[in-house]
Amino acid sequence: MPVDDSLVGRDYPPTRPRPVSEEKVREFVAATGGEYAGVVPPTFPIVLAFDAMNDFLAAERLDLFRIVHGEQRFAYERPVEIGDVLTATLTVASVRSIGGSDIIGTRSEIHDADGALVCTAKATLVHTGGAA
Amino acid sequence: MNELAPQSFTVTRADLVQYAGASGDFNPIHWSDRVATSVGLPGVIAHGMFTMALVGRAVDAWAGAGNVVEIGCKFTKPVVVPDDDEGTQILVEGTIGEPVDGRATIRLQVTCGGEKVLGAPTAVVRV
Repeated sequence: MPVDDSLVGRDYPPTRPRPVSEEKVREFVAATGGEYAGVVPPTFPIVLAFDAMNDFLAAERLDLFRIVHGEQRFAYERPVEIGDVLTATLTVASVRSIGGSDIIGTRSEIHDADGALVCTAKATLVHTGGAA
Repeated sequence: MNELAPQSFTVTRADLVQYAGASGDFNPIHWSDRVATSVGLPGVIAHGMFTMALVGRAVDAWAGAGNVVEIGCKFTKPVVVPDDDEGTQILVEGTIGEPVDGRATIRLQVTCGGEKVLGAPTAVVRV
């Protein structure tokens, strides 16, 4: 399916709520070579943002293997804590095409169980075109 | 600006497999040479977010864990991870600016084999 301007401004349903368990954070810390000290790493919210991106790709019938990450930013309202239950809501912010690739700007807002904004994750996804 | 102690990290294929499982990012360009080369990459590349997680570790080491207010970068050059036991090395260097209103900006340089792999990596931390 082609990527075009009609995606801009489109938003997608919130992801399934994901508990930030100590086990999950320990797993993430171990996978990045660190030592767990009770603190959630600053890039951990990618787990939520990735859930949201997968839902977006499925909705638009885009293949994950054609996606390369171009840019990522996180801005925190507060640190993520063990015990949080988080959801991510993705919006397409921009789409442009360069040399056969689509550059898709996304914004995922990550909220806690009370609906308070915890973190905003902005990603640029580079979608390399397949056979037309 | 004050220079921070450089931090060096090794990345192997096994690390990428473990990171895929922990993060949920199962994009095959991070574990299959066949798929990676089919989309024009030189071979299996590290998850950009794996490299950024290493930046996060360096920032936590410098600023104390739990103090990141903002962190971001562009992924400008793929980190190719060979299928051997040695893997590749990522070097994270940074300088921290003067605090303003309890926050300071860390400007980073992240290299692999002497070449920058991230564009404008920056973190804002509580100090």
